[in-house]
Amino acid sequence: MSIKTILASATVALSLSTAAFAQDPTKVGFVYVGPVNDGGWSQHHHESVMEMKEHFGDAIELVEQASVPEGADAERVFTQMALSGADVIFATSFGYMDPIINVAAKFPDVKFEHATGYKTAENVGVYSARFYEGRAVEGLLAGEMTKSNKIGYIGSFPIPEVIRGINASYLEAKKVNPDVEMSVVWLNTWFDPAKEADAAQALIDNGVDVVLQHTDSTAPQITAQKAGDVYTFGQAADMAEFAPMPRISSIIDVWAPYYIERVQAVIDGTWESDNTWDGIGAGMVGIGEITDAVPADVKADAEALRDAIAAGDYHPFTGPINKQDGSVWLAEGEVADDGALAGLNFYVEGLTGDIPQ
Amino acid sequence: MGSIDPLVLLAAIMMASTPILLAALGEMVVERAGVLNLGVEGMMITGAIVGFVAAYESGSPTLGFVTAALGGALISLLFGVLTQFLMSNQVATGLALTLFGLGLSSLIGQSYSGLRAPLTPDLHIPVLSDLPVVGRVLFQHDAMVYVALALVVGVWAFLKFTRAGLILRAVGESHDAAHALGYRVKLVRLCAIAFGGALAGLGGAYLSLVRVPSWTDGMTAGAGWIALALVVFASWKAFRVLAGAYLFGGISVLQLNLQAAGSKVPADLLSMSPFLATILVLVIISARKKGATAAPAMLGRVFHASQ
Repeated sequence: MSIKTILASATVALSLSTAAFAQDPTKVGFVYVGPVNDGGWSQHHHESVMEMKEHFGDAIELVEQASVPEGADAERVFTQMALSGADVIFATSFGYMDPIINVAAKFPDVKFEHATGYKTAENVGVYSARFYEGRAVEGLLAGEMTKSNKIGYIGSFPIPEVIRGINASYLEAKKVNPDVEMSVVWLNTWFDPAKEADAAQALIDNGVDVVLQHTDSTAPQITAQKAGDVYTFGQAADMAEFAPMPRISSIIDVWAPYYIERVQAVIDGTWESDNTWDGIGAGMVGIGEITDAVPADVKADAEALRDAIAAGDYHPFTGPINKQDGSVWLAEGEVADDGALAGLNFYVEGLTGDIPQ
Repeated sequence: MGSIDPLVLLAAIMMASTPILLAALGEMVVERAGVLNLGVEGMMITGAIVGFVAAYESGSPTLGFVTAALGGALISLLFGVLTQFLMSNQVATGLALTLFGLGLSSLIGQSYSGLRAPLTPDLHIPVLSDLPVVGRVLFQHDAMVYVALALVVGVWAFLKFTRAGLILRAVGESHDAAHALGYRVKLVRLCAIAFGGALAGLGGAYLSLVRVPSWTDGMTAGAGWIALALVVFASWKAFRVLAGAYLFGGISVLQLNLQAAGSKVPADLLSMSPFLATILVLVIISARKKGATAAPAMLGRVFHASQ
């Protein structure tokens, strides 16, 4: 083989490979905190991603990694993804916040999207849903449906997102049922089916007959089903397999349209750091079907509340609302602003117990 | 808010303690034979998934438990062959067994998530179950709760009164002496390892078939490690394993109940209380003269006939 042919074939190879580069699909990475079959939060992100993948087809290349612990491991995973050529990386848990900011600083050309966080940068956008709007609807249903006037709430970590949900559901339950009491059980985990089942059982043993959960598995649903006369709500995913009882409705996270929009922006080169916080109105929070276990008039009330929130006519945090210690938080008619909600770290008046610090 | 009903709490504790009771009891027998198997978590989760698959496919929880015991025993024999015949390090092999079990269970379980196990019925014992108060608390559980209790008595009697139990303890205290007497050290140890695996498998299946009851990745969530701590906590005695399991299960259930009842005690303090209790008991045990020597003398040592 002469030098000439080698050079010629090298040129051909080179031009071929540049052509290939030009058509290279956009590489999109996703990182989940739990397994993609948890039945809730992580599974629902994964399913939304599958919808997005279907939309783009071969125009994107997808990389997913599940069960990544929050902390140092996460930083390694993000770095690895960025090094292997990802154009945009979605981090789908609150605890990824600092790792993503650190990694983003090292890879200015890679775009990052962080779910439920609040730290942004030039190449880091954040997105979350106004879950508290859905919690308000659940609170109304819970207040109406409870016979023992005791509602239970399984909390994960004491972060603003979870505390907002507790306050929003309690306020609405109290409105329709002044005698209602709410007990909160903190588990300090997003996902531990045995612990979640035990927590649900403990609540039921203490006379609770409506259980709300802010953890990711379906274990509380099964426990409630075994116990009999107990109502629950699907969390993150519809959990329709437990309808009509115990699951009487659900909050569904609708991520797919957001994923499609943001990936499209990366492909078009128009991506900019954003701070998206959408609710029922924008379609990011869905309320799952309210089952026939709920009386028709209660169902109508819940749907009216849902629609009023969607239309922007009603805000779940509208004064007068006092803090747990009795001091005034919101005066008559005052609406909580997003800044206050983002950092919410106290219970409203009427809730008992302390938030673990 | 309302106060906790101690009887309901006791019933919840009996259920919550069963997985760690089974696993710890099995590990205790293994350690009494002089083998340290750190793979309890891996054997538990293997039992959880194979038990779930068998019960789901056949519709019979009983078959699920039997399969879980066989599955746990089988995977523990992997550890047995590696450590007893190939002389591998027990600590490293046990840790590897945990990692292997977690991965294997995840692989087997891929298409079984979100499904529900067939219901394990609660026993209804004539007369006993109908007793007021006591009947509801003590005599209306599923059969596995009583199997676990019977196993505690069985293991205690086996180690204390039978010749086979004596041989097992001899192997654990001095394998050279046992070997010189003509006992087959490796065979005894393999049997003990398989028994430990079977019980860990049952404990895992109790999670996936009764307590949760469905399959999710990594659902044992550290129960195997608690079982390991429990064996030391119980200073290698069957009835202390029972007491320890109820104490551990009790505290974790109690902390949830206290929260649910609106107690003022901080939740994070309650969450770590089982572990604080372990440390405390370990300190007390090792402070006593006798306690320091409670561990089987050959625990974790490799046996080779030529030595």
